[in-house]
Amino acid sequence: MSQVWQIFKREFAAYFATPLAYVFIVIFLFAMGAFTFYIGRFYDNGVADLGVFFSYHPWLYLFLVPAIAMRLWAEESRTGTIELLLTLPVPLWETVVGKFLAAWAFTAVALALTFPIWITVNYLGHPDNGVIVAGYIGSLLMAGGYLAIGSCLSATTNNQVIAFVVTVVVCFLFTISGAPLVLDFFRAWAPQVLIDAVSSFSFITHFSAITAGVLDLRDLIFFLSLIALFLTANVAILDLRKSG
Amino acid sequence: MIEIEGLTKRFGPVTAVADLSLSVGKGEVLGFLGPNGAGKSTTMKMITGYLTPTSGRISICGHDVETDQISAQSQIGYLPEGAPAYGDMTARQFLHFIAGVRGFRGDGANAAVAKVVAKTELAPVLDRPIETLSKGFKRRVGLAQAILHDPPVLIMDEPTDGLDPNQKHSVRALLKAMAPQKAIIVSTHLLEEVEAVCTRAVIIDRGSIVADGKPSELLARSRYHNAVTMTLPAGKAAAAAAKLKLLPNAMTLEQSAPDNGLVQITVFPKAGALLVEDVSTLAVREQWDVKELYAEAGRLDEVFRAITTHDTARARASAA
Repeated sequence: MSQVWQIFKREFAAYFATPLAYVFIVIFLFAMGAFTFYIGRFYDNGVADLGVFFSYHPWLYLFLVPAIAMRLWAEESRTGTIELLLTLPVPLWETVVGKFLAAWAFTAVALALTFPIWITVNYLGHPDNGVIVAGYIGSLLMAGGYLAIGSCLSATTNNQVIAFVVTVVVCFLFTISGAPLVLDFFRAWAPQVLIDAVSSFSFITHFSAITAGVLDLRDLIFFLSLIALFLTANVAILDLRKSG
Repeated sequence: MIEIEGLTKRFGPVTAVADLSLSVGKGEVLGFLGPNGAGKSTTMKMITGYLTPTSGRISICGHDVETDQISAQSQIGYLPEGAPAYGDMTARQFLHFIAGVRGFRGDGANAAVAKVVAKTELAPVLDRPIETLSKGFKRRVGLAQAILHDPPVLIMDEPTDGLDPNQKHSVRALLKAMAPQKAIIVSTHLLEEVEAVCTRAVIIDRGSIVADGKPSELLARSRYHNAVTMTLPAGKAAAAAAKLKLLPNAMTLEQSAPDNGLVQITVFPKAGALLVEDVSTLAVREQWDVKELYAEAGRLDEVFRAITTHDTARARASAA
């Protein structure tokens, strides 16, 4: 397990070694603000909670998280450092988990920097801070889900653009799988069990349950098992690449 | 220390490495030679656990690379082709990362990094991002990460590729100094490197070993082995050639076109015979006005070509 920490440290520092981290954080915070205040009309609602703020997270993550995840493995393949990394005496899964946790910690930093909005609602009124904490936890879990998908897909290519585009598409399907657009497609022919299954994969369904203030174990398990699933697939893909 | 048995790697229909067996012991520096695409890098990638063999076994200091990969990898220092490194890290950060992964902590890590920095003379660039370093320094960073944990087995894919003569010399000196305690495999295109550092040369072609021996043994396979080359004025060349042909130990003779009024004649000996004494005695007696006269040890590049191109030549012949 100590190797996870070594991999994590390097990867996490790498974000801040280039302008990537700062550019990302600025865009992230700007987009969060723009959506919450202008499109979400935060002040006009006259309600002291962060429901509006959180409701845009799935859509922002849809584009911002793949931008972080795309470089995780594609960059290593392109520069050849993957050969160095995978011949170090570290079990493959520890490398995958270390890199994933670094990316997740980075999104956590970006998310934490939205704290002024939390201070604002507390200044303006008396929000239920428990609900807000649940919202942040839910948002972080959802970001982890997007990241795990992105990390896995990044391992399939050495082209970051391809990694980005494919990740956005797959994440989009996971985001809206509870929406009529997707479900109607299945309704025409599929049994109810399958429709329910597809609908249960929806990030939005699980995320809005959490932001409503109900930290249900099932929603936590959904995101955590999704992360585990995609990281396992990530390890399998890298293992497959070793076989040429 | 390195045991390879029946190693085979196929990429789809292409066989990159075919049933290769090899054993390298402590104190050996094995020069791994072969044309591009012969399977050198693929073999090294399998030894280090980056690629999984289609079949065959590799064991490093008794650890099977497939079933006990982490133990095997901890015994290996590996310099991949092109010496990849994280460009946005400084050399110091990068070496500390490697030290951490290799299990060094605190003072131990500092000591290991300091030692390897001294060995590879990296001190002047230690705090610069690796992507801003010259090719020579980048290669030395790669070398430093490979030997940081003082591994018993070193695998280096073209360690001196693209370096200037001074840098090549220092890398070779480093390899030579480490050689007695380690088993080292060095792939290279530079035949002079084999003569300079290797105790053993293995030539592979299309995934199979086609020659394996000491560099001197390979040289002995050259038709130039023990041949005698002399340079003399063009005017005396014809007469000299006629006399040289009559020497009892001479087999054949080659003559260059005149250059600056001088001609080079190479006399090839009959199998196992020595010529240099006969030729020099003859030259003095006949007063050929010889400018240059030397016995050849053999030419490795010529051996290399003879061994690795015969198939192409045969293919061309059968096509014609």
